[in-house]
Amino acid sequence: MLEIKNLHVKLADEDKVILRGLDLSIGAGEVHAIMGPNGSGKSTLSYVLSGREGYEVTDGSAKLLGEELLEMEPEARAAAGLFLAFQYPVEIPGVGNMTFLRTALNAQRKARGEEEVSAGDFLKLVREKAKTLKIDAEMLKRPVNVGFSGGEKKRNEILQMAMLEPKMCILDETDSGLDVDAMKLVSDGVNALRDAGRSFLVITHYQRLLDHIKPDVVHIMAAGRIVKTGGPELALEVENNGYADLLAEVQA
Amino acid sequence: MAAVDMEVRDGVDRETIETVQAMSGSYKYGWATDIEMDYAPKGLSEDIVRLISEKNAEPEWMLEWRLAAYRRWVKMEEPRWAMLHYPEIDYQDQYYYAKPKSMAVKPKSLDEVDPKLLATYEKLGIPLKEQYILAGVEAPEGERKVAVDAVFDSVSVGTTFKAELAKAGVIFCSISEAVREYPDLVKQYLGTVVPQSDNFFATLNSAVFSDGSFVYIPKGTRCPMELSTYFRINAENTGQFERTLIIADEGSYVSYLEGCTAPKRDTHQLHAAVVELVILKDAEVKYSTVQNWYPGDENGKGGIYNFVTKRADCRGDNAKVMWTQVETGSAITWKYPSCILRGDNSQGEFYSIAIANNAQQADTGTKMIHLGKNTKSRIVSKGISAGRAQNTYRGLVSMHPKATNSRNYTQCDSLLIGDKCGAHTVPYIEVKNNSSRVEHEATTSKVDEDQLFYCRSRGMDEEAAVALVVNGFCKDVLQALPMEFAMEAQSLVAISLEGSVG
Repeated sequence: MLEIKNLHVKLADEDKVILRGLDLSIGAGEVHAIMGPNGSGKSTLSYVLSGREGYEVTDGSAKLLGEELLEMEPEARAAAGLFLAFQYPVEIPGVGNMTFLRTALNAQRKARGEEEVSAGDFLKLVREKAKTLKIDAEMLKRPVNVGFSGGEKKRNEILQMAMLEPKMCILDETDSGLDVDAMKLVSDGVNALRDAGRSFLVITHYQRLLDHIKPDVVHIMAAGRIVKTGGPELALEVENNGYADLLAEVQA
Repeated sequence: MAAVDMEVRDGVDRETIETVQAMSGSYKYGWATDIEMDYAPKGLSEDIVRLISEKNAEPEWMLEWRLAAYRRWVKMEEPRWAMLHYPEIDYQDQYYYAKPKSMAVKPKSLDEVDPKLLATYEKLGIPLKEQYILAGVEAPEGERKVAVDAVFDSVSVGTTFKAELAKAGVIFCSISEAVREYPDLVKQYLGTVVPQSDNFFATLNSAVFSDGSFVYIPKGTRCPMELSTYFRINAENTGQFERTLIIADEGSYVSYLEGCTAPKRDTHQLHAAVVELVILKDAEVKYSTVQNWYPGDENGKGGIYNFVTKRADCRGDNAKVMWTQVETGSAITWKYPSCILRGDNSQGEFYSIAIANNAQQADTGTKMIHLGKNTKSRIVSKGISAGRAQNTYRGLVSMHPKATNSRNYTQCDSLLIGDKCGAHTVPYIEVKNNSSRVEHEATTSKVDEDQLFYCRSRGMDEEAAVALVVNGFCKDVLQALPMEFAMEAQSLVAISLEGSVG
């Protein structure tokens, strides 16, 4: 599904190198988690993959289903099946949540040469998906993320994911700012989307999200690279002992 | 109801995006129709004024009125206080009258209208139901009816739905027809809201106006349909000087829509219109404008100079007026639709979206003159600047000594796209009594990169993302427009911002 090879990235405006030869391979239907200390480059990885400005790729490649992502505009990456659930979802005053969703969905469909979804079908679909995430009609009408609580914003990201049906989903610290109940709701939303044809990359600081969204593979990232890869037990190890021991072990 | 409402808005947005994608960065309405024109000679003189009057078969009193205005105008100076920069206008180098030759004898019905003219309206892609109506086809059942008075250069081409309106006692015709058919009404009200002496451009208009629309809504009558005028400047070097007079008699209601487009020309074209609204006791008028005159090219070559005087006089108690404008076109916009709140408890509202891109300049706003007790006014202005454009909001709120317990609320927001454009806010506030309250809020912001990236990461291209964000910024005003116009306005917002990013 996603093949990242030897990815080197620096900030566009400064001489600060963030990713130093990152390799990552995620198969179809797999859930991978990336954990790592602050500043290890986790969020940068998600931004670079989705095409945010401000980063310069100096080497390496990132392919989604064989297509080079790094050469595409952000909207083309989305149409190709990439989705990033933002750590800090952006507010867009005056634009109804529903309008935003429908515009996005139809833009992607159009880019792929598919028929646009009719108003009626869209409405049916969005109501059905919203229900499972406990998003009410009121929230669908409000402007995108404006005045949403932290939990509402994250649920809204998952709703977008459910509507856009991407192939490769990246969750950037989706658990940050969530209470226990909200985390369960969001995780249930994600788990409902797990599918043989859909893969996930879950970026998190904490093991507890991985209690809900069970990963197949866990990676530890430090200083811009994956330094250790293992099963779910690796996340538990981090939870119990912190990163220090692990990193010392890797450096040794 | 709510669901239907929302679905339509969704549809609107889709239309916006599609329109952006369908456009290739050029002015959509920029073709000219090849119709033989009957011109008056270039320049302005008493003879030209006489000729215009004669061509319109006007009575003597109308001619005298024009001549009085002309004689006054000759002694006046063009105002220079607006934040607008343009080369001197040579008023003797303009045509003041142009008329399609096939109109020499006025058609009695739309069937007799030159098919080329109707094709022009069709090409305009007027997204209201107007092309239907102009073609004389009844709107499909259940659709809202809109009556159209189409003005092609200086002459009203044909007024639709006249008969149905007549049943309700509503008069909706060209102003030249009104001068002939309803002289008493015209004499009683013409120039009483915007006097001949009002300002340079209004005086010029009083002398040379060649056509425009006239509306009279009788006492206690709710106009059975929305009235609409489509203005279009076709002939090169023709000024268009339309004059609109709307009289809402006691307890009546009317919603009036005005749309404007003009073909692409290298030269600047002058447009100086006057709109007068007379609103009597308990009456209400909504006046909506979507203006997309040709704005000129990226370098400021060509485009309409738009100097417009619009004013509503709430003459009776409890009279209400609402101005809504979407100004996306014109090289220069100089326009301040105003409300005189004379009657006690009268209300004035002004909702405005002004978009200036490339080399466009807009100096626009409103005047709220509170004369009566307990009068209320509300101003919501959204200015969007892109390219090298300059956009100024200029507004006056004046509370006179007798306007006790009156209120004004002004909200004035500016949005900047890029770093070469400018937004300016020039509020004037005069309060001459102690019981009135005036509130003014203003914000200036830039289109946020994070918002654009968020939209793009969900699959929208950059222009669709900008259109979505800007439409959100304008929402308060778009909601004030009648539904059909809201759709057109949304697409216009997108079209007029093309090429503003990247």
